[in-house]
Amino acid sequence: MSGFEPRIVAFLCRWCAAAGADLAGTSRLQYPPNAIPIRVNCSGRVEPQWVVEALKAGADGVLIGGCHPGDCHYVVGNYKTRRRIYLLHKLLADMGIEPERVRLAWVSATEGARFAQGMREFLAELKRLGPLHENGGEK
Amino acid sequence: MPETRPRIGVFVCHCGKNIAGTVDVARVAESVSRFPGVVYATHYEYMCSDPGQALVQRAIKEHRLTGVVVAACSPTMHEETFRRAAEEAGLNPYLVEIANIREQVSWVHTGFPATEKAIRVARTVVEKVQGNRPLRPAEVGVVRRALVVGGGISGIQAALDIANAGFEVILVEKSPSIGGHMAQLSETFPTLDCSQCILTPKMVEAARHPRIRLLAYSEVEEVSGFVGNYRVRIRKKPTYVDPAKCNLCGECEKVCPVRVPNEFDRGLSTRAAIHIPFPQAIPSTYTLDAQNCLGIVPLRCGKCVEVCAPKAIDFDMREEILEEEVGAIVLATGYELYPKEAMAEYGYGTVPDVIDGLEFERLLSASGPTRGEIRRPSDGKVPKEVVFIQCSGSRDPEHHKPYCSKICCMYTAKHALLYRHAVPDGQAYVFYIDIRAGGKDYEEFVNRAMQEERILYIRGKVAKVFREGEKVVVWGADTLTGKRVEVRADLVVLAQAVIPSPGTEELARKLRVACGGEGFLREAHPKLRPLEALTAGIFLAGAAQGPKDIPESVAQASGAAAKAVAILSAPKLEHAPEVAEVQEELCSGCGICVPQCPYGAITVDEVAHVNEILCEGCGTCVAACPSGAMTFRNVEDEQILRMVRAALEAADVGV
Repeated sequence: MSGFEPRIVAFLCRWCAAAGADLAGTSRLQYPPNAIPIRVNCSGRVEPQWVVEALKAGADGVLIGGCHPGDCHYVVGNYKTRRRIYLLHKLLADMGIEPERVRLAWVSATEGARFAQGMREFLAELKRLGPLHENGGEK
Repeated sequence: MPETRPRIGVFVCHCGKNIAGTVDVARVAESVSRFPGVVYATHYEYMCSDPGQALVQRAIKEHRLTGVVVAACSPTMHEETFRRAAEEAGLNPYLVEIANIREQVSWVHTGFPATEKAIRVARTVVEKVQGNRPLRPAEVGVVRRALVVGGGISGIQAALDIANAGFEVILVEKSPSIGGHMAQLSETFPTLDCSQCILTPKMVEAARHPRIRLLAYSEVEEVSGFVGNYRVRIRKKPTYVDPAKCNLCGECEKVCPVRVPNEFDRGLSTRAAIHIPFPQAIPSTYTLDAQNCLGIVPLRCGKCVEVCAPKAIDFDMREEILEEEVGAIVLATGYELYPKEAMAEYGYGTVPDVIDGLEFERLLSASGPTRGEIRRPSDGKVPKEVVFIQCSGSRDPEHHKPYCSKICCMYTAKHALLYRHAVPDGQAYVFYIDIRAGGKDYEEFVNRAMQEERILYIRGKVAKVFREGEKVVVWGADTLTGKRVEVRADLVVLAQAVIPSPGTEELARKLRVACGGEGFLREAHPKLRPLEALTAGIFLAGAAQGPKDIPESVAQASGAAAKAVAILSAPKLEHAPEVAEVQEELCSGCGICVPQCPYGAITVDEVAHVNEILCEGCGTCVAACPSGAMTFRNVEDEQILRMVRAALEAADVGV
């Protein structure tokens, strides 16, 4: 599977993670293009169901990007997300899916480099895990 | 005839070479044009330019577009631009979305994969727009009156600024006089202005202002409603003295048989039950403290009534409950010092000659219990050796408060300096952890205290303070020399930690405003919204939000006032409509959503209801709803799932 290119859906909160991704752009920090970003107001809006649907629809990994704990624009949204993803990780493990495929990342609006680095690390992790779908995700 | 099938237009921006230098924009437009629902797609050099916007507007009309996707820079840049342009062309602005192919594509990727990702990103946003509904911002009227809670310098400043902007203000103060702690201070750092001299003109101005209604000796009982439309219940306690009749002759005070500790002098003097907190008090009247008065019940003492020539004293006065409507609220409830009882290691509360910073202010004050002469509480002697201990209760996460109280380095330098002026042959010692003198002319002031005034600064913590005969012995360590230090002092002054004034948390609960772990009122955002509470229409001023000195408090009060005025002067309030919404037929009324909401925007009777003015649109409740009844306008689950599928489908790149 040397040519394996993981497909990633990235749910990014608009105040921190998406702004951090924008800063990575402004700073011209290169990172792999595998993730398609979907901007939401708050990581607290991200439903575990979305993550499961993304994995079903062909994603090899899902990234949820939110504000650092304590910095949520909506005060506590990211704490709720953290609990929900914690439970989802247990559920995924029970289903035989590696929990590492679903990554929660705290990225502030000033952390462009952290966003780019996180993307590289997540991609490396997914390459190590291999494709989630037997046919390599091709339909 | 309303359009039933989506007719989406996609506008791909070159951004000069910023996008087009990396992404094959023509191919993106061509590829997306074949995507279901897209009836028009084009690309242009600078879409945000006037001709670019005109291009979008023309296409909206010519192609009867039901949605627009602009594939360009980050939505934080030009979402507003294109939404406004679309509105001018007759398309609801909430049917316009931005696909970010610059910051998140062309600037971070290269070659063919960049073009492929740009196509995917544009397609996901096309899917979103197809599910968007036209929205209108919610509108609500505004009561053009403000409530300011707390009559210290912050509250006074906020009230004056709002009133001077032309709006009515109700200023509520729980004690008998406005002025707050600033009225107790002797002189202020770093200029050594007389505190009362600069404060009292502002107090008078507030009292005389035609648009400020001062409710002293009053407390906020209950608050309901929302931004622009708050309803407030205020309890006005009886003072038993008619301020209109009282001429401040003071005869009542002289005959009153009661003596209780005087709060204004921090217990360093006593007062009668009928009293005026300080001569310049405002409202300028006596107050009968019913708790300590012998006359009210059951047996009348009545000595004060007998001597009151203008017959101002009325034992039959009752408390009043006032119901008021206000559009905005400023909270300026101030601070208190960390209690004596907590500082057993420093002998505070047991050794009479260990006092706190505010007590020392009263000793320094010309209107204080010693008329400005520094005399120690135990025997009235002038202390020849005084030890000042900084960070007493602050920066001590194991035993006391973890935070820095911010004002103590400065006021301790001031205390030591004023002490040296008053007692030229006296010696002052200051124990400190480090000196934090960040502020205009602050560092210079501390240096002056250290160098010109020969105040001995000892870097280190004090371990123990105890009494030995007439002396107060201070054991500490000098961490610069590593030696033990013992000072046999006459007086010890503790720079006690600053804590929120009592009742802050209770008031915060009434207003659904958050408090941080240490009980200070929490701002909506530590950097970008430092003046606002999370609840819309409620603003924070002064030390209630965190330890602050006078200039900072005044600045924050003026800022909070400006924020309040922005609400009071708006013809009507508009609120972003992209918020949570309940599908009532699906809602079971379980209430799981309620604790998710940090804004108190959800109420539940048979079913849940979202107050769309209070909802800030995080969507945390939506994700929590077990029955799918809570939805989010224009971020419905169905939209997201379509976006996810579009993101993952093989991109049709037209090769």
